[in-house]
Amino acid sequence: MATITPTPPTPTRSSMHLKTPSLPRWAPLLVIAIAVAASAMLGLLLGWGPVGIAVVAVVLYLVGVPLWSRLVEDGRRAKDRMMTGLVWTAFVLALIPLVTLIWKVVAEGLPQINAEFLTYSMRNVIGDQQGGIYHAIMGTLLVTAWAAIISIPVGIFCGIYLVEYGKTSRLARWITFLVDVMTGIPSIVAGLFAYALFVLFFGEGVRMGFGGSVALSLLMIPIVVRSTEEMLKLVPDELREASYALGVPKWRTVSKVVLPTAMSGIITGVTLAVARIIGETAPLLIIAGKTDGLNMNMFSEPVTTLPVFIYFSYTQPGLPPEAGQARAWGAALVLIVIVMALNLGARAIGKFFAPKKGR
Amino acid sequence: MSTTIATRDKAPRRRGDVIFAGIARGAGIAILVALAGVALFLTLEGFPALGASGAALDGAANFLDYVWPLVFGTLLAAILALLIATPLAIGVALVIAFYTPRRISGVVGYMIDLLAAVPSVVYGLWGIAFLGPQLKPLYQWLEEYLGFLPFFAGPASSTGRTILTASIVLAIMVLPIITAISREIFTQTPQLHMEAAMALGATRWEMIKLSVFPYARSGMVSATMLGLGRALGETMAVAMVLSASGVVTFNLISSTNPSTIAANIALNFPEATGLKVNALIASGLVLFVITFAVNFAARAIVARTERERS
Amino acid sequence: MKRTSFRRAIVPGVAVIALAAGLSACGAGNEDSGSSSDSGLSGTLTGEGSSAQEAAQTAWRAGFQGENSGVTVNYTPSGSGAGREKFIAGAVDFAGSDSYLKDDDEATELSDAKERCGGEDPVEVPAYVSPIAVVYNLPGVDTLNLSAETIGKIFNEKITTWNDPAIKQENPDADLPSTKITPVHRSDESGTTENFTDYLEKASDGGWPHEKDKLWPLKSGEAAQGTSGVIQAVKEGEGSIGYADESQVGDLQVASIKVGEEYVAPSAEAAAKVLAVSPRAETATDVSMAIDVDRTTTESGAYPLLLASYLIACQHYDDQATADLVKGYLTYVISEEGQQTAADNAGSAPLDAELADEANGIVSQISAK
Repeated sequence: MATITPTPPTPTRSSMHLKTPSLPRWAPLLVIAIAVAASAMLGLLLGWGPVGIAVVAVVLYLVGVPLWSRLVEDGRRAKDRMMTGLVWTAFVLALIPLVTLIWKVVAEGLPQINAEFLTYSMRNVIGDQQGGIYHAIMGTLLVTAWAAIISIPVGIFCGIYLVEYGKTSRLARWITFLVDVMTGIPSIVAGLFAYALFVLFFGEGVRMGFGGSVALSLLMIPIVVRSTEEMLKLVPDELREASYALGVPKWRTVSKVVLPTAMSGIITGVTLAVARIIGETAPLLIIAGKTDGLNMNMFSEPVTTLPVFIYFSYTQPGLPPEAGQARAWGAALVLIVIVMALNLGARAIGKFFAPKKGR
Repeated sequence: MSTTIATRDKAPRRRGDVIFAGIARGAGIAILVALAGVALFLTLEGFPALGASGAALDGAANFLDYVWPLVFGTLLAAILALLIATPLAIGVALVIAFYTPRRISGVVGYMIDLLAAVPSVVYGLWGIAFLGPQLKPLYQWLEEYLGFLPFFAGPASSTGRTILTASIVLAIMVLPIITAISREIFTQTPQLHMEAAMALGATRWEMIKLSVFPYARSGMVSATMLGLGRALGETMAVAMVLSASGVVTFNLISSTNPSTIAANIALNFPEATGLKVNALIASGLVLFVITFAVNFAARAIVARTERERS
Repeated sequence: MKRTSFRRAIVPGVAVIALAAGLSACGAGNEDSGSSSDSGLSGTLTGEGSSAQEAAQTAWRAGFQGENSGVTVNYTPSGSGAGREKFIAGAVDFAGSDSYLKDDDEATELSDAKERCGGEDPVEVPAYVSPIAVVYNLPGVDTLNLSAETIGKIFNEKITTWNDPAIKQENPDADLPSTKITPVHRSDESGTTENFTDYLEKASDGGWPHEKDKLWPLKSGEAAQGTSGVIQAVKEGEGSIGYADESQVGDLQVASIKVGEEYVAPSAEAAAKVLAVSPRAETATDVSMAIDVDRTTTESGAYPLLLASYLIACQHYDDQATADLVKGYLTYVISEEGQQTAADNAGSAPLDAELADEANGIVSQISAK
């Protein structure tokens, strides 16, 4: 590990101050103000856009503060200030997409939302007639529900196995490792898998909602396993031992003591997993297909889901294109709202069901 | 967990226990089977494409010729995305871990997590309708002033739908992953190391450089590789944003771009028939192998570090 | 206490499932499930194929289902190839296809379709005819005349700037800038590309050295997905040029192409005219109106850059209900009303009276075995 070389002490009396000179607290703010003003003036003179002005202002700030610091303080502190500036710049840069994305989706999508849009399907809708996404919403809910029905038991039991039974056995180690690797399976590969599986039974060109559920559960199971595992590990061993001491069999201990204790965390994990897969597009594009009417039967015929609807109504909007693309934005807004609600819901569940402190 | 001893049961095994343990074990094995199934079925359905040529492979002579430009595009887009995302993500993670008060950092962390929650198809919409057009002037600028570099040789795309745009969208999508993991590791840095550095008079940056980074290095590497895994397999955003021609080129700002495996599947699968389906599935298998290897490596790094630490 | 928290966790879960089930009980607001029929027709008809026909199929289905409330017509726009394949396999009752059935080195679709139809020739009628427009984005140049040879060279990237002498020569009055040309093409397989390349191959006098293909043969240029992708790319990119179904071009600038000695803009009538003078394909039979579009016609006012898409069906079906449905639907599609609906909602060119009569005659023969 490198060491900090202390600045050699000089014998002069003036340097014996305990405090080295430092910039006032408001210095960065002042530099920001100056940088923005200077850049704006230059920008207006030379005709840059707002983006150009912002870039130059940031550069001015990143040069100005360390320079000032270097003059008043020392090189090390100048570097520190520059890194602080850089790190915050990175942070702001990362937030720009989020802000513009939400703004764009809301601005384009909100005018589309009305009662008909949410309760109509696209069946028999031509041109710019009022169409809706009811079929896509139902398709998404059903496909996701089936995926959850497959994933939750498998995921939770697998988590139980890893924590309560397998522990350090070779099988458990392999499963842990492969579950980790499984979280990285590209969603489109999951879709291809579901297709390759179902094509064996239903022939070429198979499209059905349940296939989408299978693909999605491949993506969902590892998340459920991971969160179950984490949560079960948090359950104190004293609880288990107390239960065993009372003569309770292991399986009842797990199902009546361990699981309920970890339940809030597991539900949070499951909800987050649902939020993660409900916006998946690629696998559903491949195996669930699309149709413009409502199809509640998950076991035959294509089912439209929200993400696939968004994709197709934007890329193949029909005539006039504006109407189809507007519907895509409306559906995107609905999808984002669903995903955000699930995320917030997961947090609320986590808080609400959290085991009471101070037992 | 080393203290649990109850499993070594002296009591006779009850039927309930046996069944319950069996179910749990079965669930675990089901996951192994599923993973093996993915490889098996993709191989099964992809196999016929290996002998194909001509129309099913978009005119390529054999499967290798078909898949190579796609692999190139996949790697190029993912690596570019990482080059953009990694510094930003680590910056963001540092802000959350060290530069903001605890109360605020929770909120900020949640905002970054929101980035991860946005569905990829919405990123695609945003990329094609907002980001691409916004980047056009940048590409013209790059062509004009940095055109001597092969990356920016141009001619600049007139729609902004280039591989660089796609990479930027990918970068935004992988950023939350890298941030989340890096943040986790940063906050695990032993308090004593950090305090010791501060006590020696280190500035905040020096403290980070001397005590946080050495501790978190392997974690950051694996976070980046997990991000790479995600970027490699991301489909919709690329499919919607990229103007893909399936060439092999390092020119990042022209309208002639390499395609990626995932995007190529998404674009062609809905209307594919016959051998073409097999070819697409086989390319999916290639993607699976690549991401599997990357994730495998990332997890192996994590596992090794964990062993060293404990 | 643990029990209660477990229960508390279960309750909302059950509630959510119940809610979903409750919601599932009701259909979409605009889908009536009435089974009464005013025409005697009822049942479900399934078709699959050409995505170019999608907008027209939507309009036809809406019209047909509106007249026959007991009928459901499903059409999956999964592409012409998939449609023909499904039809041959017997999975769908009719197919929409951008090209007629034929036997060649790679496939024996015509023979297979014959087999599917009990050894009889399959019915093929043109149902959707759409001119393909050459669209461009060049502010200040409102009219543009291009010969097939020039178009071929532009898309083959031999002509790279708008003020190229070849373009200038055809547009002496236009104020052509030195902007670089960005040709935009479809990134997916499409009948539009196949017809466009077919036109270039046959009409461009060597300006276009490639063969016709569903997939764009060049590995360069701007690639965009779907017709709307091409439109959008051209709209956004100054100096772009692309090709797209005429119905979709919106307010983009459209080039006129050289036919004989004059320049013709795309229009429904001009396209229908070409179809009327084009010769039948070798595979045409009494019930198959397979047409080889005459790309090099010099007929005045004709526009040979067009896409003709067919409906494929059998002459006889096993059961009466299916036969009635196929006959009813196809008759509606060919009818003046059906063609007009498609023209209004999908911008297609209505068949001219002669072709429509012939098609009607074929379709009216469809019956049960």
